Amino acid sequence: MLEIKNLHVSIDNKKILKGINLTIISGELHAIMGRNGSGKSTLSHVIAGKEGYEIEGEILFNGESLLGKSPEERALAGIFMSFQYPVVISGVNNTYFLKAALNAKLKANGQPELDAMDFLSLIKEKIKLVGMDESYLSRNVNDGFSGGEKKQNEILQLLTLEPTFAILDETDSGLDIDALKIIANGVNQYRNSERGILAITHYQRLLDYMKPDVVHAMIDGKIVKTGDMSLAKELEKKGYSWLID
Amino acid sequence: MSKIIEKAIDQEYKYGFVTDIEQDTLPPGLNEDVIRAISEIKNEPEFMLKWRLKSYRQWLKMEEPTWAKVDYPPIDYQAISYYSAPKKKELNSLDEVDPELLDTYTKLGIPLEEQKMLSGVAVDAVFDSVSVATTFKDELEKHGVIFCPFSEAVQSHPELIKKYLGTVVPHTDNYFAALNSAVFTDGSFVYIPKGVRCPMELSTYFRINAAKTGQFERTLIIADEGSYVSYLEGCTAPMRDENQLHAAVVELVAHEDATIKYSTVQNWYPGDPKTGKGGIYNFVTKRGACLEENSKISWTQVETGSAITWKYPSCILKGDNSVGEFYSVALTNNFQQADTGTKMVHLGKNTKSTIISKGISAGKGQQTYRGGVKIMKNADNARNYSQCDSMLIGEQCGAHTFPYIDVRNPSAQMEHEASTSSIGEDQIYYCNQRGISTEDAVSLIVNGFCKEVFKELPMEFAVEAQKLMEVSLEGAVG
Ligand SMILES: Nc1ncnc2c1ncn2[C@@H]1O[C@H](COP(=O)(O)OP(=O)(O)OP(=O)(O)O)[C@@H](O)[C@H]1O
Ligand SMILES: [Mg+2]
Repeated sequence: MLEIKNLHVSIDNKKILKGINLTIISGELHAIMGRNGSGKSTLSHVIAGKEGYEIEGEILFNGESLLGKSPEERALAGIFMSFQYPVVISGVNNTYFLKAALNAKLKANGQPELDAMDFLSLIKEKIKLVGMDESYLSRNVNDGFSGGEKKQNEILQLLTLEPTFAILDETDSGLDIDALKIIANGVNQYRNSERGILAITHYQRLLDYMKPDVVHAMIDGKIVKTGDMSLAKELEKKGYSWLID
Repeated sequence: MSKIIEKAIDQEYKYGFVTDIEQDTLPPGLNEDVIRAISEIKNEPEFMLKWRLKSYRQWLKMEEPTWAKVDYPPIDYQAISYYSAPKKKELNSLDEVDPELLDTYTKLGIPLEEQKMLSGVAVDAVFDSVSVATTFKDELEKHGVIFCPFSEAVQSHPELIKKYLGTVVPHTDNYFAALNSAVFTDGSFVYIPKGVRCPMELSTYFRINAAKTGQFERTLIIADEGSYVSYLEGCTAPMRDENQLHAAVVELVAHEDATIKYSTVQNWYPGDPKTGKGGIYNFVTKRGACLEENSKISWTQVETGSAITWKYPSCILKGDNSVGEFYSVALTNNFQQADTGTKMVHLGKNTKSTIISKGISAGKGQQTYRGGVKIMKNADNARNYSQCDSMLIGEQCGAHTFPYIDVRNPSAQMEHEASTSSIGEDQIYYCNQRGISTEDAVSLIVNGFCKEVFKELPMEFAVEAQKLMEVSLEGAVG
């Protein structure tokens, strides 16, 4: 479903991604592990369509090129990104925000939009899956949320919007042990044969719960090694230096 | 903020049509004869003419204020016509109103027709200088409520006019108030008798139609002991290349235990979005007096229109335990300038005031909040809470805040909060990533920013205000 071919990305003439090749098939979960600053979040943003990058190469989503499409078009095509640093929107109610997002999707798909009541019952179901209290629904988007709460809120959005492809950028960072388990369970429920996931993480623990099909190691803008779960274990034990000649 | 927000600002004004209707218009120019003519057309009693002339002579001695942070070429007061009215007059029912005029109100979405009357809003519509129709009169009369054009009240209730006119905003108050006192042509008059809770929202729509005319309306609202009234005014004007002057005066009087809630949705033509040409100069004096104990006056304003706004709805808290409130959303986009705020003067004991001001600037819009809180010597235990938030959209706009605080009684409790925020590109991107369009994201964020004020508006107008914000911000981002 997602095909990245020889992707080079730079910002202000600084090269960040240096020839990424990655193919994710429906139903697969790929994990990327890699050093700080190796370009994992950059890759996520480039897939999501953030402005400000010079891009060479190709990104295809279900056979269609994503480059040139706006973030909103990509989102409506089914791409979701759980942010490493979720954005605070003061003054905007969390439920209201999520409802606007879901209704934008329904509208784009030609489906009837949900009214406030229907949405509320839906969201009250979903919030149980991420182990958050209902009081977070009446707060403003990520405003005053703790690091872990922000991540839970991202997954609440994922489970509500049900996109076909999800990028999880360090969703596990900041979550306590119990929350990590709940979130991983939530994500596992979201998985099915039609959906793909790209999970970025620094820790094997998340992958223990999620059981990735493929694990990539990224260093300095390149995927230097690809393997299965055993690669994650090896990286956790040895770090990254052994991958550099 | 970069690319997304730098893109062209492109706003369309929906109400810019001109109604083709025959008008009786006085030739441009201002002198004592013009004032006599206005007074005569309106068949006013002697005391009114005297007051007008007194005001005019006062105005001649005054100078146009320059302290506001607004910039405009000098106004030629002799080039303005001070009276203009649709030709047919003396209307008894809506059927007699010129269909062109009714059509105008339909376009404005004003509930003048039968079916809309059911919505429970009594409307007084002021078209250029005269009041065209007041609906719901009978229903109001049953409760003893007087709601009529100002000029009619001068005829039917001269004693009330004589007693209250100029008591809150004296004719000497300021340059524009003096001018208004001399030449005002119409406006609304409201009197709520003792103990009456006005059974419906009262509403006035002002529209400037004729070219080269000024609109000088005068509104006087009196809430007698223990009464309550909620009043809303809305304003629009056609698109014209030349600037038009609107200098209104509003006076509110609240007696013991009375409450007046005054809401404004102001959407005068803001001028051409690309060049800044044209638009209304909105120089308005609004003031309310809480005369006696436990009275309350609450101003809510949503100001999205006008090329220049100069406006400070204020409260004089004279009665003990009286309450003054000011909730404001002001938006300046493109070339608009606004210098607005409020003044709370605490005279009585245990008086309380609240100021919530939300300013939004986009495009090249310039906005100033100017707020004064004065606690006088005898105002024991007075309290004020002020919150003044600015939001900037883009990099060419500006927001300025001038709070003036004058406390002469040590028991006063003052609280002031201020913030400036901008709509960040990262916020827009985050919304976009969730499938929300840039325009929807902006209105989501702006509405969130304004919600404390919107919730003070009567229900049906809160929705209108939200829509207005969306239209006024169209194209401000992305
Ligand atoms: N806007 C920018 N301007 C300049 N450099 C940038 C910009 N954005 C990212 N970079 C640089 O690109 C490199 C990759 O950043 P990125 O955020 O993709 O790393 P990451 O792999 O996600 O790291 P982490 O594990 O710490 O989250 C870093 O060196 C970063 O400083
Ligand atoms: Mg990162």
